[in-house]
Amino acid sequence: MTSRAEIERSLAEVVREERGRLVAGLVRVLNDWDAAEEVAQDALVSALEHWPRSGVPGNPGAWLTTTARRLAIDRLRRSARYRDRLATIAADSDEMSARTPTGGPLDGDDRLRLLFTCCHPALREEAQVALTLRTIGGLDTPAVARAFLVTEATVAQRLVRAKRKIRVAGIPYRVPEAAELPARLDGVLRVLYLIFNEGYLASASDTVERRDLARDAEWLTSLLVQLMPDEAEPMGLLALMRLHLARADARFGTDGDLVLLADQDRSRWDHAAIRDADRLLRDALRRGRPGRYQVQAAIVACHAVAPTYEQTDWAEIIALYDALLRLEPTPVVALNRAVARAERDGPAAALADLEPLRPRLERWHLFHAARGELLRRLGRIDEARDATRWALALVVNPGERRTLERRLSQLGSARSAGPT
Amino acid sequence: MQYMVLIASTPEGWHGFSDDERRALYPRLEAWWAEHAAAGRIVEGHQLQGVETATTVRIAPDGEVTVTDGPFAEAKEIVGGYAVIDVPDLDAAIAMWRTWPSPDLCEIRPLVSGDERPGM
Repeated sequence: MTSRAEIERSLAEVVREERGRLVAGLVRVLNDWDAAEEVAQDALVSALEHWPRSGVPGNPGAWLTTTARRLAIDRLRRSARYRDRLATIAADSDEMSARTPTGGPLDGDDRLRLLFTCCHPALREEAQVALTLRTIGGLDTPAVARAFLVTEATVAQRLVRAKRKIRVAGIPYRVPEAAELPARLDGVLRVLYLIFNEGYLASASDTVERRDLARDAEWLTSLLVQLMPDEAEPMGLLALMRLHLARADARFGTDGDLVLLADQDRSRWDHAAIRDADRLLRDALRRGRPGRYQVQAAIVACHAVAPTYEQTDWAEIIALYDALLRLEPTPVVALNRAVARAERDGPAAALADLEPLRPRLERWHLFHAARGELLRRLGRIDEARDATRWALALVVNPGERRTLERRLSQLGSARSAGPT
Repeated sequence: MQYMVLIASTPEGWHGFSDDERRALYPRLEAWWAEHAAAGRIVEGHQLQGVETATTVRIAPDGEVTVTDGPFAEAKEIVGGYAVIDVPDLDAAIAMWRTWPSPDLCEIRPLVSGDERPGM
């Protein structure tokens, strides 16, 4: 006899793998997002009722698919509105069950459709994020709300509006055609990276859901890599995420404060994971279709394989930033390049590089934080203090705030003209 | 599926153009229109869904295209024309208007169909 706790644990593992797959297939056959989510949910509830009695089936995914198909057909029979879709589902459900069991060669098609539709540019970014996490990531509405520090009602409203727009505005449920694919894939990657960063920048005081976002994004990206094995940029993004995650433990000190790259204990990095991610990145680069995520991953890889901060290959990093600037000519990339340049050419050169960026970056705390650090290294302590105060006035993340406060106190507390 | 497309020009676009520039653009606009009308994609006015269903495709003077959620609303854009189109879905509509030869803002909104009345 299987215990309820074991069943629930087994179900939790299955849910993550199977929920998105079920929803994706059901959206296609039912042509109704809400109905698809309800039927998927009912199938999972049914599993929780049956499995404690009959045991977990050998292929839980196939069991769930069969159950979901039966529930979908029942639902269509009850509803006159959907009667015309019965013929479709009858023909289609064989196809659905054939492709949905775990590991089937075609099982990814529906989830890829779902991912591209969730990340359609005609939806607002926050709706793209909520839809992706809800439908493919399998997070429920309260979990999405806790992860993004907004109310459940806000998330629910975003989801309702987005699903209505998909239906009313005729957003198609399909993978874009070749001509549109690069731009649309870029949109999907942007949403996944945004979710990752929300989690990666979260601190220990944040909710579990928020901290788990980085892992959720990594899982979704690995799914995308599996579904589009010929595309280089999803692999680049996955490598980038894994290179960050491999070093995540060393990013916070015992007090929960952020530890800067230069001060991190590199023995706490997961070097096996770094090697794996580096191999993945090389796989991506071999395809000869470079992109911003591959280049960013290459920069992070350069840091990750350096035995010490001082032994980092700064010349290579600057060259990579130059490549990134060509792909993505933004002031944020230029700032990062300047910071790397300080290590090769000294803080004065880097400070000179920062000044032209001021008009576009002066509302961003990291511009002032970087300036403060360069000024400190140049011995211009009063100016360093002012810059750090500016950074403090603009910072939002609590971990970054504590780091800046500590830096300010190390600079001495003498009052000087800072922001008010 | 039928959509209303509101075509608005900006000071950098049509209503900033000189007469010569407009005269140069006219034949391309006419040719484009004729091509899509002949293919049955341009139908003709109608009631629109609420503004919350709107999507905006921005074709910048350099040819860069961006698609965003919502209406264009800003007063400096001037609606200079409209089309009712009949295409399979939103992606087909976007694909069609990407090639509109003038650097305009084209707002695509689905028409209210017979069995649905928004706000009721």
